[in-house]
Amino acid sequence: MPQSADKVKDHISLFKEPEYLELFAAKKAQFECRPTDEAVAAQAEYTKTWEYREKNFSREIATINPAKACQPLGAVFAAAGFEGTLPYVHGSQGCVAYFRSHLARHYKEAVPIVADSMTEDAAVFGGLNNIVEGLQNAYKLYAPKMIVVSTTCMAEVIGDDLSAFIATAKEKESVPLDFPVPFAHTPSFVGSHTTGYDNQMKGILNYFWDREAQLTATPGTKINIIPGFDGYSVANNREIKRYMAEMGVEATLLGDVSDVFDTPSDGEYRMYDGGTTLDDTRAAINAKATIALQEFCSQKTLEYIESKGQPTASFNYPMGIGATDAFLMKVSELTGKAIPASIEKERGRLVDAITDSQAWLHGKKFAVFGDPDFCLSMAAFLMEMGAEPTHVLCTNAGKEWEEKAKALLASSPFGANGQVWAGKDLWHLRSLLFTEPTDFIIGSSYGKYLEKDTGIPLIRLTFPIFDRHHHHRFPSFGYQGALRVLVEILDRVFEAADAASDISYDLTR
Amino acid sequence: MPRQIAFYGKGGIGKSTTSQNTLAALVEMDQKILIVGCDPKADSTRLILNTKLQDTVLHLAAKAGSVEDLELEDVMKIGYKGIKCTESGGPEPGVGCAGRGVITAINFLEENGAYDDVDYVSYDVLGDVVCGGFAMPIRENKAQEIYIVMSGEMMALFAANNIAKGILKYAGSGGVRLGGLICNERQTDRELDLAETLAKRINTQLIHFVPRDNVVQHAELRRQTVIQYKPDCQQAIEYRNLATKIHANGGKGTIPTPISMEELEDMLIEFGIMKTDEQALADLQAKEASLCSAG
Repeated sequence: MPQSADKVKDHISLFKEPEYLELFAAKKAQFECRPTDEAVAAQAEYTKTWEYREKNFSREIATINPAKACQPLGAVFAAAGFEGTLPYVHGSQGCVAYFRSHLARHYKEAVPIVADSMTEDAAVFGGLNNIVEGLQNAYKLYAPKMIVVSTTCMAEVIGDDLSAFIATAKEKESVPLDFPVPFAHTPSFVGSHTTGYDNQMKGILNYFWDREAQLTATPGTKINIIPGFDGYSVANNREIKRYMAEMGVEATLLGDVSDVFDTPSDGEYRMYDGGTTLDDTRAAINAKATIALQEFCSQKTLEYIESKGQPTASFNYPMGIGATDAFLMKVSELTGKAIPASIEKERGRLVDAITDSQAWLHGKKFAVFGDPDFCLSMAAFLMEMGAEPTHVLCTNAGKEWEEKAKALLASSPFGANGQVWAGKDLWHLRSLLFTEPTDFIIGSSYGKYLEKDTGIPLIRLTFPIFDRHHHHRFPSFGYQGALRVLVEILDRVFEAADAASDISYDLTR
Repeated sequence: MPRQIAFYGKGGIGKSTTSQNTLAALVEMDQKILIVGCDPKADSTRLILNTKLQDTVLHLAAKAGSVEDLELEDVMKIGYKGIKCTESGGPEPGVGCAGRGVITAINFLEENGAYDDVDYVSYDVLGDVVCGGFAMPIRENKAQEIYIVMSGEMMALFAANNIAKGILKYAGSGGVRLGGLICNERQTDRELDLAETLAKRINTQLIHFVPRDNVVQHAELRRQTVIQYKPDCQQAIEYRNLATKIHANGGKGTIPTPISMEELEDMLIEFGIMKTDEQALADLQAKEASLCSAG
């Protein structure tokens, strides 16, 4: 036996033991019925050609490795950002296990989400009983201040009416009549997690502003900020709050997960920690304006906020110099508060750092994939550093994004050779990387298979990051965040230079 | 907000014919109208457009790959006197989920501004309220008034009572109300009486009794409403009366009180439509006796 209790081998070395190698070889020979190694290698080689790329891009039905998740993931993320809130998914429990694990693997935190476990009988008779019992159990067992309901495909296909079901559950005293239960319909087969985030955020505001009581806005001095779906939210939200404090701006972050997904280990389990308070959410209707940090996560929400007479503005992930400038100047314009010298100094330091390293970045080619807003700001920041975003690929984007991305690339000489790929998946990207290679890939952990296949180094800068720890604890927003992004990119650039060097294996770069 | 109404009823009862004739009469009263056909057969706008609408929301969505790739202009056609016509469409019988199709189509229309700038949105919904998809038009912020098209036939009465149950389910939590029954004459025994009694029992009104007239068939064969085909005939006047009554009925809907199966059967027996068990047995014996004596 290769494994023993005295010296436990982990799976990295365990499967290299002769017993396992023998087993794998036998399995391959007897059961896999595979073509010869030469044939497999020839086919693998063929997938790197232009001819295969064209076939791959004429693919109509199948999606292979989409760089997106489904609506309810975004919905539970949005819900988690509120005080004492239990996200509740009306649907099958398997889906919900996926949302929990997806967030837990990224944040390395326990992520409480409940499901009302619809099964075949619920699919036939409707999920009303599941809502009635589910709300009651969740309320009694987990004592939340708010339960936010979203749905999975199953409930959506049969057309369960959340509004009526929740009202009935309240009549049946599952939860008190005045207990907040906002909801959103989030069919997984429509849009992506960014759509789900938007729907749920709108659902929550709609509950407090229209359903709980008909509020009318009396504009004050505070502003609202909607962060959007962001894997770096823990540090990014704190960074945004730091900027607001430094500018003397009173701001409410709507859906603030920074403490929710970053609880300390001090002996006490916090099922609920931090989050936007419910009172602040009610009062958010009286804000002077609302700023969305991610346009494509907030379109319906902003439309709703505008219908209350509030001005809004949206950005595409304020990362990099220009994007941060635009964000801070908008805040300053809306609130009348000046941008203090301390922040200007931060900006200067960032510009200095980029200038120091500029020679190493100039003309380097990058492939970027991720959510719509991230892709836009990443491409913009690369061009600010003199690098070239060669491929910008976004699975969960449409025509509107495509035009915006093309206009962005056209705005700089560094974007002249850049190409925009809306609605394409990571298997498309694989073809792109073999036929028109780049120096680096920027994306999520799912890019590691592209890295392995193509040999092009991956820089992990967006959700989800499952195979590296604690990236989300450091910001990517603002000038500080840009500095950190710069360093991560530079590290890979230098590692690649070292790996490729013999006589130029220099101590100083 | 436009006034949103919906026509429900048993299959084959004449929902589409009645609704289109009524809406053609309403448009004569200077109302701006949008029809949302919620039937995979897509025949809710045939008489208004004078042709069967080919470009249903789901048909085009299936071709384009996704409903997100559609534009409103692709699916909205203008018919008789400017009536806007849309059809959800749906899968072929035996495949897919028509109910989800209705949800998808209605969401698409709403999000793309089809409901802006109209006075009436009218839903024409297939059969009984079955799955959540076909109940979509009676959800919150959708149709406030439901009109049930029925006749003096037993199955139509059952269906009307069932639809009332569906409405009751949603009336508690939302604003949906029963606007009334529309009786499409089938020339059954004591039809008007029966329709009025049922209306009373389920706490609503018989809003109009539409007499049977072959001109409806003639118009339908020419893909026209009676209003368009023979604007001066008596049947056109009937539909105008119905339209006027519906127009005046805004906000007067009620929460229905559907009755049990037994109550409904008792009612039918009372009206002589259904026989009691003893009576049925006696009739059978009499029939057998007559057959024996004849043999």
